[in-house]
Amino acid sequence: MSTGTLTPQAESQTQQSTIVSRRWLLLKIGMIFNGIAGMFLAVPVIRYLLSPVKPDAAYKSWITLGNIGNFPVGETRLATFLNPFRRPWDGETAKVACYVRRMAYEQFQVFAVNCAHLGCPVRWFPQSQLFMCPCHGGAYYADGARASGPPERGLFSYDCKIENDLLKINAGQMPTLSNTAKLVTIDGCKGKSSWTS
Amino acid sequence: MDILKTIYGWLEHRLQLEAPVKDAALHPVPRNTASWWYVFGSAAFTLLILQFVTGILLAIVYVPSAGHAWYSLNVLNQQLELGWFLRAIHGWGSNFMVAVVLIHMVQVFLFGSYKYPRELTWILGVFLLLMTLGMAFTGQVLRFDQDAYWGLGIGASITSRIPFVGGSLVHLLLGGPIIAGATLSRFFALHVFVIPGIMLGFAGLHVWMVLKLGINEWPMPGRTVKRSTYLQEYHELTHKNGIPFVPGALWKDVFFSAAILAAVIVCAVAFGPFGPSGQPDPTIVRTVPKPDFFFLWIYAALAYLPPAMETPCILIAPIIGIGILLALPLYASEGEKSWHRRPVAILVLSTVAVTWGVLTHLASFTPWSPHMDAWSGDPVPPKYLRTATPLVRQGAAVFQAKQCRNCHSLEGNGGNRGPALDAVASRMTEDQMIRQVLQGGGNMPAYGKNLSPAETTALVGFLETLHPAGDLPASNASLEEAEERQTQSVPETKR
Repeated sequence: MSTGTLTPQAESQTQQSTIVSRRWLLLKIGMIFNGIAGMFLAVPVIRYLLSPVKPDAAYKSWITLGNIGNFPVGETRLATFLNPFRRPWDGETAKVACYVRRMAYEQFQVFAVNCAHLGCPVRWFPQSQLFMCPCHGGAYYADGARASGPPERGLFSYDCKIENDLLKINAGQMPTLSNTAKLVTIDGCKGKSSWTS
Repeated sequence: MDILKTIYGWLEHRLQLEAPVKDAALHPVPRNTASWWYVFGSAAFTLLILQFVTGILLAIVYVPSAGHAWYSLNVLNQQLELGWFLRAIHGWGSNFMVAVVLIHMVQVFLFGSYKYPRELTWILGVFLLLMTLGMAFTGQVLRFDQDAYWGLGIGASITSRIPFVGGSLVHLLLGGPIIAGATLSRFFALHVFVIPGIMLGFAGLHVWMVLKLGINEWPMPGRTVKRSTYLQEYHELTHKNGIPFVPGALWKDVFFSAAILAAVIVCAVAFGPFGPSGQPDPTIVRTVPKPDFFFLWIYAALAYLPPAMETPCILIAPIIGIGILLALPLYASEGEKSWHRRPVAILVLSTVAVTWGVLTHLASFTPWSPHMDAWSGDPVPPKYLRTATPLVRQGAAVFQAKQCRNCHSLEGNGGNRGPALDAVASRMTEDQMIRQVLQGGGNMPAYGKNLSPAETTALVGFLETLHPAGDLPASNASLEEAEERQTQSVPETKR
């Protein structure tokens, strides 16, 4: 046997190195084992963290803003509603405000209060028929079109429809450039949804 | 005494901290680093500890629920004994901490301390600065008032501009589709657990490296850093002409930290806590949100960026800025440390400082924002109406009623969004004014749809009277010329 030819010193070295390498191997296996367990932990954790990320449609639904009689023809009024997606501890923050503009008997526009620039609440001035933003000075005309200032586009508007004399809008999330950029509806709800007449 | 010694001996036998602590305390530092310029780092650490302690004390009362946070802050302010004081200390401590961290960074930059072998100390410092700012922002969110609510709205709006993933990131940031309970909860977790935890670790490493690598020597023009010789030179500097860190340098740190703590206390007592302002009710649109002091410059920059440049600037500029800060010690790890021989560094620093100062100053009075109540709150100065005709008075009424005043000031009152109109008639003719009012332009909305012809006539009639007493109103020279030629060509109709 080849081991028989080794000196006692060399023999103990070999033994030690085999022991060490075996322990190293065990350590490596242990780490791989940890890695696998970690994966089983990490995947649920990431899914848990990403749970608020949903397609826009998952958060939106049709909400009633009230009887159309509440909104006089030719005027723009602030309306409020409770966000359809809310938690019991949301308090006042579950409330959302929007501007309802009634152009004709059955013609409405509903704007988000959020400025299209950075989301500050715009204020309606009926005398000059302008929306003005207090943050960076964006201004919009009565139809929501951009008038001046840093915004690149007009006000965000909600899809709306009238059912049984109730004004309804499709809402549920804070409008931003990433989710409502397509909705430049200067013409309002006309022809956009089911109408009662 | 003997009992104390026994207890100490018992503990030391187990902890064995004496040797490393002695090592750290007595390590020699260059004689000239025992300077008042070197006290800002330790002051920042002292403030960090102050923020931890006061933060924990506030957390035993604060309710991180969107429905209750604002009320719990008001209880702290008004009902709980000295709750206002704790809030004030935490708020002022935050301001002082950002300021001291920035000053510390400027000092380190000026002294070239980021060069070899202290590159990583600087890089960790950059992350500590970012986390300090992160704490300031998340702290402002926890003060769950109107400014916090709309500040989150601005954060979400900026996030939404990120291409492709913007919408998903907004959901992640807000914890749902709107700013609500989930939003506050996650900012609470960030402010109370995540960022402070990382900060403590990073600050520990930062201090560890200062102890291990030694305090940067006072920079001398001509004494350049070379990788091959620096460690040897530093060793000689500290061992031939050095002094022990304790008490040689530390006594100044201790004094300055105490002074900073005293300043925080004085400010807290004198000025009280920050907010909360109005309750976070998003249906209250009569609000003028504004960020805290150290974010005012961003607020100003966002008002002045041209719309087309805005998204690229918001998204790319921070990455470039942070990238430059992180790369600085790697790019310039050798060479001159002294500010006497680094003109570019001085120029960059002064440019950044002046820009920051100007933007912050502008944001303190927001000339770009309309004054929402000027039309009803700031009357037309009587002197403009003393000799006015009925038409001019009617015009002044139109001027106020149509909110012109929100953007245009008279005698210094009113908005600064548009030019002051005290002398508008000196620079614009009647025709130009009518065109500007009806069609808008520049940064002005068009009023064509909102003014009747009679209102326009009255308004421009009023504006025509706004010129210095001795001056004639502006007139159309070419029109006069044409009229004159007409009269010359027909000699019998003399003027």
